[in-house]
Amino acid sequence: MRIPLVYNLRSLRQRPATSAATVAGIALVVVTFVGMLALADGFRAAMVSTGRSDNVLVVRRGSDSELTSTVARDQASIVSAFPHVATDADGTPLITSDVYVVITRNRDVAGGSEANVPVRGVGMAAFRVRDQVRMTEGRPFERGRPEVIVGIGTALRFPGMNVGDEIELGAGRFTVVGHFEADGGAFESEIWGENEQLMGVFRGPVFQSLTFRLEDPQSFDVAKSAIEADPRLQLGVHRESAFFAGQSELLTNMLRFLAIFVTGIMAIGAVFGAINTMDTMVSARSREIALLLTLGFRPRSVMASFLMESTLLALAGGILGCLLALPLNGVTTSTTNWQSFAELSFSVNITPPVLAIGVVFAVGMGIVGGFLPARHAAKQVIAQALRKA
Amino acid sequence: MTRTGIVVANLRRRKRRTLLTIMGVAIAMFLFITLRSVLTTLSDSGEVGSENRLIVSNKTGFTFTLPMAYATRLAATAGVSGVSWSQWFGGVYIEPRNFFAQFAIDPATYLALYPEIVIPEDQKQAFINEQTAALVGRGLAERFGWQLGQTINLQGTIFRPGEDWPFTIRAIYESGRGGFPDNTMYLHYAYLEQAFGGEFGEAGSFVLGIEDPAQAAAIAAAIDDSYENSAASTKTQTEGAYNLGFVGLYGNIGFFLNTIGMAVVFAILLVAANTMAMSARERIPEIAVLKTVGFTDRAVFAIVLGEAFAMAILGAGLGLAGALVVFNLGEFNFFGFIPGLAVAGRTILLMAGITLILTLASGLVPARAAGRLNVVEALRHVA
Repeated sequence: MRIPLVYNLRSLRQRPATSAATVAGIALVVVTFVGMLALADGFRAAMVSTGRSDNVLVVRRGSDSELTSTVARDQASIVSAFPHVATDADGTPLITSDVYVVITRNRDVAGGSEANVPVRGVGMAAFRVRDQVRMTEGRPFERGRPEVIVGIGTALRFPGMNVGDEIELGAGRFTVVGHFEADGGAFESEIWGENEQLMGVFRGPVFQSLTFRLEDPQSFDVAKSAIEADPRLQLGVHRESAFFAGQSELLTNMLRFLAIFVTGIMAIGAVFGAINTMDTMVSARSREIALLLTLGFRPRSVMASFLMESTLLALAGGILGCLLALPLNGVTTSTTNWQSFAELSFSVNITPPVLAIGVVFAVGMGIVGGFLPARHAAKQVIAQALRKA
Repeated sequence: MTRTGIVVANLRRRKRRTLLTIMGVAIAMFLFITLRSVLTTLSDSGEVGSENRLIVSNKTGFTFTLPMAYATRLAATAGVSGVSWSQWFGGVYIEPRNFFAQFAIDPATYLALYPEIVIPEDQKQAFINEQTAALVGRGLAERFGWQLGQTINLQGTIFRPGEDWPFTIRAIYESGRGGFPDNTMYLHYAYLEQAFGGEFGEAGSFVLGIEDPAQAAAIAAAIDDSYENSAASTKTQTEGAYNLGFVGLYGNIGFFLNTIGMAVVFAILLVAANTMAMSARERIPEIAVLKTVGFTDRAVFAIVLGEAFAMAILGAGLGLAGALVVFNLGEFNFFGFIPGLAVAGRTILLMAGITLILTLASGLVPARAAGRLNVVEALRHVA
């Protein structure tokens, strides 16, 4: 016969301090775990949501980042004439030839640490190729003028990026005329201006990448082989989404490794704590347990009951940990993505799956921590336990 | 029986609990030391820079280069005793995950400015005299099992992208100073120039030897002023400041590591305090007996606190020993991410402080309760 659950609940209430400390210990582990996974997840989400799968990004063959790539002007015109490039009603190809550099900016007014801020010079069609880009303040830059717009991630994190401010880019001065968002992607960490304007102040008449919309979303492979086979080009062709996702691998893996390493070690400590708590609970209740056994409850039921008790404690800890982690959602931070050598701001992204993993993790700790003490309880010798008490 | 004897006997009574508590403390301390060490190692990398060297780089950003023509004027600047330069090569060895730093240098002048790069004289000459030779750090050679005389291929990403660049390893250097990385590869700048038909003409940064470190700021200002309005403005910093700039790129990841470290310490405090409180509660009758046979309130207080101290210090010691073995002796550095990872002296001091706090937090309340215990009450309660 099963021992009713209410027995466990009442037992836990009997020792409020001990129960609370165990719950809190597990909750802390879960907060750390959920927080770190959400950080890694937020970073990956920022990179993955940067590109569209029906956009094609073209860089120099052999380059794995835009920084190390160069694309000449004549190569750019050849690519824009390919039939795989979508055109709008007027016949204008939906392609942008980008200048891409990273510049050094101080993170705060007082000087302080420096960051590499990406600057992208785009063609005027860029806003239609990347239609996730929307102005949140001000207006887009105008053709032929020394004006830039700043992604909200950068605008919020760096001084002197307000609409109306002047910023120094290479050898030139530019006026910030607007802020933009881009579905939380990496573009939000960039400064955008017109490619022809930015070429002049940075590296001269050469682009770093081309991005175009596919005429037919299914025709990526055809477009890829056509462009890569052209002997005049020597270019590498990537899906825009896959290209940016690929640049997130290293840091995502590092953050995940850190999350698992840190919380794995913490979890071992928490399991030790849970074993101790349950051990004490079992030895303090040896008379009760003997009584239960005498009344005819099977050892198996006693074991199940104690296992249930530790699982309940851990479940409470898991839920509390998830609740404590919730306020972290949306907190933004930034670091250097070493694969693109550029500063990227991203938000802690607490999603239901991350929370579910946190709770499952907590319950796992409860089961592992409760197993030995529960078995110990079930194997009590009745006569001895009763006499001892 | 002595007081210490009682503490030891108490710890041995419930071996599993004592062991688990000590292990719990040890694990948390290990984790705390690991996180702190990552932070201190990163921030200390700035101190690795020599005071006798200045780094001149492009003011716009670190991926921008400076014209080679600057070398002559830099050498003529007052207070500068030597000039050399380096350029990031960025080659891929087999696959991108094998990442390590590669710099194209002018061997003779560069090595003269870096006494930290320690090479046997014959190997040094062999490296200098062959344009396709490579000089690699001991750590790097061990990582990939490279031998002297071996030829390795790097795939270019910036220079001749996608093509193989063969290098012959002619010299292996030791790091002459703690913290100076021994996982870098150096190659000939001239080899790189050759790939451009001798017309690259740019360097990522110049390194200047200066005679008097006290003049560093004045020299740096003089250089930056003289290039203020040229096509490529310069930024001149001491080597330490330059290195710290790279550390700054991690942003507030440091803040996260600190927060996690604190959460971990708080978690141990909770768990250990809980265990201590539990075992003290269990022993109320014993303490009453101890008092009955003549132990003073203060002696009982000391015994209970001593037990907490014993567990905390044993756990902390184990955690520290583990960290020293893994990082300082084993030289584990997170697969090359944190070169020179080591436990710093100030981390050990901080840990000593935490051990003390842990002892007080977990032992003080039960110890005071034990000291104040009313014998008659307690004995009646037991019976």
